Amino acid sequence: MFWNPKIECMPVEDLKKLQYEELKALVTKLYESNQFYHERMEAHGVKPEDITCLEDISKLPFMYKQDLRDCYPTKMFTVPNSQVVRYHVSSGTTGKPTLVGYTENDLGYWTEALARSLTSAGVGPDDVLQVCYGYGLFTGGLGLHYGGEKVGATVLPASTGNSERQIELMIDLDVTAIACTPSYFIHLMGVAKKMGVDFRRDTKLRVAFLGAEPWSEAMKKKIEDETGIETFDIYGTSEQAGPMFTDCPCHNGIHIAADIMYVEVIDPETEEILPPGERGELVVTMLKKEAFPLVRYRIKDMTHIITEPCACGRTSPRIARITGRSDDMLIIRGINVFPSQIEYTLLQIPEVGDQYMIHVTRDGALDNMTVQVEIKADAFSDNMDEMLRLRSHIESTLKKYLNIAVKVELKAPGELPRFEGKAKRVIDNRVI
Amino acid sequence: MSHIIKQLSIFVNNEPGRLAHISSVLKDCNISMRACNLAESTEFGILRTVVDNPDQAFDALKQRGIIVKKTDVIGVYLEDTPGALFKTADALGKAGINIEYGYAYYYRDKAVFFIRVDDPEKAVEVIIKQGISLVSDSEI
Repeated sequence: MFWNPKIECMPVEDLKKLQYEELKALVTKLYESNQFYHERMEAHGVKPEDITCLEDISKLPFMYKQDLRDCYPTKMFTVPNSQVVRYHVSSGTTGKPTLVGYTENDLGYWTEALARSLTSAGVGPDDVLQVCYGYGLFTGGLGLHYGGEKVGATVLPASTGNSERQIELMIDLDVTAIACTPSYFIHLMGVAKKMGVDFRRDTKLRVAFLGAEPWSEAMKKKIEDETGIETFDIYGTSEQAGPMFTDCPCHNGIHIAADIMYVEVIDPETEEILPPGERGELVVTMLKKEAFPLVRYRIKDMTHIITEPCACGRTSPRIARITGRSDDMLIIRGINVFPSQIEYTLLQIPEVGDQYMIHVTRDGALDNMTVQVEIKADAFSDNMDEMLRLRSHIESTLKKYLNIAVKVELKAPGELPRFEGKAKRVIDNRVI
Repeated sequence: MSHIIKQLSIFVNNEPGRLAHISSVLKDCNISMRACNLAESTEFGILRTVVDNPDQAFDALKQRGIIVKKTDVIGVYLEDTPGALFKTADALGKAGINIEYGYAYYYRDKAVFFIRVDDPEKAVEVIIKQGISLVSDSEI
């Protein structure tokens, strides 16, 4: 099933022509009306007239998360505030968050992309979609919400948490489709089991859109075998707009709507563009984005591009399941966490030293993060209550900056490993 | 002579071998522990100990990078009769002095209760007024 068959099944050559036209118009507009991008192009010695074919995109400079951070909050915006209709906020690499803004048209193509994705999975007016992504600053909840409404589904804005109630609603309201992180879905499976609920027998659940964190074929198989539902891998970050793209029922890669986003894969070291099939770092260009530029953005997700025709009939390029990061970003319960944020936060706490270690485990379905810190000698108290207060103070400070609960362990000075050269402060023991 | 005893409080990681490491430093410095107590949370503990030479032990531990602090405690001799602890605790309670923690110890055929209170000087006064004997630092 197609939402927009004309674009989704457009011959590849026509799609490329369309992409070139979009790119040319985008770069011209940015050069003329966006100060940040104008300066970036000038510094790189490239002008809009240098873009004469789609391949010329390689002449354009890269953009980085740091650029968004440096421009916080709205210095990168192309449009005045009167045209911005929404903000979302995600974690930055240090204390400052990343702000993304949307014009009405930005919300439009985001919703359009999701409408195509949901339709490809057969979700339409007869479906009830339970959205268990967080509603709020995180893009997942509202994104899927508007996408679901667009295709005419009945949306249940369940957000996260209160899992027993989620299962009860799923049964009572004949929910047929769900969107959440894969680890939260596995958690729901465990809760259902405890409640004596069998997904096959007791629910109408048919499809799940799982994403916002890495997951594997093994997890997919486990979920599908145990529940009998079909899972779709959903991809998209807040910089792009939010979760947007999914695989189709052929399940051989995530279809990237070519009129909305242009994808390249590069070698993260040499920055050389890699041919389809070769794994590297994904670089994205949002062809229709209005609020701020996102051109050749180094998203840091590792994948490869698939261009072989898909049996579903869609002609768009696909990307393979995201298999990791080219930086040290961690995804904990769907939330992005950079070790640098933890370092920055600890620097604000005078009682602890500058050494730290991060341990990540997956207990059942949920990720847990423990941060070990060394206390300074003069912060030590003989009073156990004071020590425990210090520990909870560090935990709540980290929670404030990271938006996730963190367990803190206090260590004596010199107890944590020291590194010569590149520090390896993250021990990720999760089996995904 | 003082009735206020310098106790050493030592931060100990709750890992195999940590206590052994700290006690080996004390051994190397020829320091004898008179009494000790270990309070623990999940990942760390606080070792509280009364030693024969607290200043020397403090320097030795500090030099090895061990987190150590001197804390004032008092040592109450407890008679071997029912109600002995009550007499001390009751007197302190009535004087409005709070006992943070304490640990008992048997020393030279006598029971000693080392206690950490919020106001050690006042506690000494209150206890002596009750006719209860206190351990003096020269006895340690």
